[in-house]
Amino acid sequence: MTQPVNEPFVWEKYRQGRSVEAVGVVIRSLNKSFGDNLVLRDLNLEVTPGETLVILGKSGTGKSVLLRHIIGLMKPDSGAVTVGEIDVEDQEFRKKHTLAIVFQSAALFNSLSVGDNVALYLREHRIYGEEEIRDVVRETLTVVGLEGKEDVMPSELSGGMKKRVAIARALAMSPELILYDEPTGELDPMMTHTIGDEILKLRKRFVVTQIVVTHDVYLAFYVADRIAVLDEGSIIEIGAPEKLRRSTNSITRDFLRSL
Amino acid sequence: MNAVYLFFQTTGELIALFLESMYWSKAAVRNRDKVFAHMVEIGNKTLPVAALISLFIGGVIALQSGPQLAQYGIQENLGGIIGLSLVKELGPVMGSILIAGRVGSAMTAEIGSMSVYDEIDALRTMDINPVRYLVMPRLLAAIIALPLLVIYMDVIGWLGGAIVASTNPSINVSFQIYYNNLSSLVEFKDVINGLVKSLVFGIIITTVCCYIGLRTRGGPREIGTAVTRAVVLSFVLILVSDYLMTSALLSLGLG
Ligand SMILES: Nc1ncnc2c1ncn2[C@@H]1O[C@H](COP(=O)(O)OP(=O)(O)OP(=O)(O)O)[C@@H](O)[C@H]1O
Ligand SMILES: [Mg+2]
Repeated sequence: MTQPVNEPFVWEKYRQGRSVEAVGVVIRSLNKSFGDNLVLRDLNLEVTPGETLVILGKSGTGKSVLLRHIIGLMKPDSGAVTVGEIDVEDQEFRKKHTLAIVFQSAALFNSLSVGDNVALYLREHRIYGEEEIRDVVRETLTVVGLEGKEDVMPSELSGGMKKRVAIARALAMSPELILYDEPTGELDPMMTHTIGDEILKLRKRFVVTQIVVTHDVYLAFYVADRIAVLDEGSIIEIGAPEKLRRSTNSITRDFLRSL
Repeated sequence: MNAVYLFFQTTGELIALFLESMYWSKAAVRNRDKVFAHMVEIGNKTLPVAALISLFIGGVIALQSGPQLAQYGIQENLGGIIGLSLVKELGPVMGSILIAGRVGSAMTAEIGSMSVYDEIDALRTMDINPVRYLVMPRLLAAIIALPLLVIYMDVIGWLGGAIVASTNPSINVSFQIYYNNLSSLVEFKDVINGLVKSLVFGIIITTVCCYIGLRTRGGPREIGTAVTRAVVLSFVLILVSDYLMTSALLSLGLG
């Protein structure tokens, strides 16, 4: 199915030697509330370039809100998010860095075919010609195991396939940082495994930082270099998976009980 | 107080959205396929029903005013009366109301569901400006298509009037007399007057419907209410601005 891992991926060919570095993320004293609802409280977090960090947290603890701040869709009440040394709210940010997010809802463009969804970024920014775009679309869809599905419409896909198209769409941007919001929510255990494999594969194969937000403990331990536990809007513990297994924190232990 | 504030805020934001999409029309040539696709959609959704509506409007004006004019023996003026009312008022207003109902509602529904299901946010994260990508092509398509639709409706409406005028025994104005009178009374400036109005209505409909779509939050229910709100607001603004434009054009001697 996929090409051998050592062969350059299609972007590496097209980029012609221009390298893309994975970027780190630094979050300082982030606060965000909606009315009386204090969602993020003085949240601090550092993500190392190239790592896969999993943020584990119960439903409603502010995981999606945190990701929206990292990608610049929400403005913090106070505090700051810097990605690769630049504040994400900076006007110049999107010119300097490419971030991609796989939304909790997949958020595919319903009026566009799978192929056009994946191609949209490259087409709108005129990064490649049509022929190269077709190559990128084919190869990214192959990476997520959906080769040949270019002409299918999103409404004809299952939930898991939508998530994988969303991953392909993110990959086509050749991002330095990929954010996943609940990539395996509502998926069956087999599909969870497949998505987990996808994330692992990307970490091995591409220079990319990944932040995965989930309440799925299995997925967390499957893909993470480090795990951070989010509770009531702040990170209460962070470390390698083995370290968390020995944690004495009661919230972390509650989470891991199900393992 | 709050309502006044809201009124000015909304008005300001509508104008800002319009100006921003005009700014992005510098990318129109690149997006001509999309503009064209929206024009085709406007045509598909409106041409048949527009023909039906205008045929009957022309017919009903003839039916109402024809016999009255005939009482005074001035029924040969029917062509001009129908011609002028269609070209200056009924064509632009009915055409715009039709577009608001059929095309504007679809714009709000589509963009509203894109807002609700994170698609607009997805565009933003891809550094694709939603106004450029979604609003500008629709605005340009409406600006081009609405005046064309209005001309089409005017002509069919005239025809509807002519049919009734020539076949109704209590009016009895022949095609020939009807069209002679119409072409001597309807001047070029009257046609332009109607087209200017329809251009403004096209701007109002697209801006309002896209604006409400972009601000939709919540779920399927909210998309439904957004569509209703967009259509009603479009209707109101069409009629209010019609009055304002008519009085402005009159005072400029162009009425
Ligand atoms: N746009 C918004 N306006 C108002 N409140 C919001 C908004 N977005 C999120 N919230 C609130 O912020 C809190 C955290 O929401 P968030 O979506 O981040 O949770 P989550 O951790 O992603 O949960 P889940 O695992 O269920 O996706 C919730 O109480 C939610 O009601
Ligand atoms: Mg969430």
